[in-house]
Amino acid sequence: MLPGFPDASPVDGLAGGVLIGLAGALLLLGAGRIVGVSGIASRAVGLSSQGMSKRSAWLFLVGLPLGAAVVATLKGGLNPEFVSLPLLAVAGVLVGFGARLGSGCTSGHGVCGVSRFSQRSIVATLTFMASGIATVAVIGAVG
Amino acid sequence: MMRTYLPSLASGLLFGAGLALGGMTDPARIRGFLDIFGAWDPTLAFVMGGAVLVMAMAWRFVPRMTKPIFAQAFALPERSDLTPQLVTGAALFGIGWGLAGLCPGPGFAILAIAPLQAVVFLVSLIAGMALHRVMFKG
Repeated sequence: MLPGFPDASPVDGLAGGVLIGLAGALLLLGAGRIVGVSGIASRAVGLSSQGMSKRSAWLFLVGLPLGAAVVATLKGGLNPEFVSLPLLAVAGVLVGFGARLGSGCTSGHGVCGVSRFSQRSIVATLTFMASGIATVAVIGAVG
Repeated sequence: MMRTYLPSLASGLLFGAGLALGGMTDPARIRGFLDIFGAWDPTLAFVMGGAVLVMAMAWRFVPRMTKPIFAQAFALPERSDLTPQLVTGAALFGIGWGLAGLCPGPGFAILAIAPLQAVVFLVSLIAGMALHRVMFKG
């Protein structure tokens, strides 16, 4: 599909990105709020009192796997490759802690903030991309 | 009632569908994007690009609206200060993102595709958030 990158899916990627953008636009123009999944998750479990109502937060979170399941069915199944469960657990703590300390994640900073030219979000996005790249490089070098 | 909840559910559905269509429910793709020194997979850049493009257009409507379509007022982040917390938090987030190839959105989206991995990731995600609350909010 993309010369030089046999594994890339640019068309599906762009289409998926447009859907994510529409999801963000709907919440922004419909409810007046940012689509930040880490903030919505912490609101849903009662770790944050800011943001949308608790019920709205849960409805958004329930929508995520339902939407993904529809696409998985239409595509005849997806075959994700995961790292081990202990590594997933360690990563989960870092992602959760880091997203709260840094006031956002890939959706809130990376999509909503960057598209608004927010200085904080651009710095956060460049930072987590850099540390993600460094992490994968270290894992590759170590084994 | 329905008017306040509909945007959230519809947004979640669209978001989850977009993640799955864009391949973002596969951690191998995310780690492939971060693997710029190896077999780089640029797909995530297309996903981000598409999402940012649509959102950039959406932001242009906000100043012209007195209120959102289904709510009384906009409630948007207004901070612009760069703090050590922002950078430290983003750096830790990136380490976890690189280790697992998952961030919060895909973590929830894979509940329907790989429930075991999703639950392990999400329980520790919420534990990490709770740890932050205990450490910084008393």
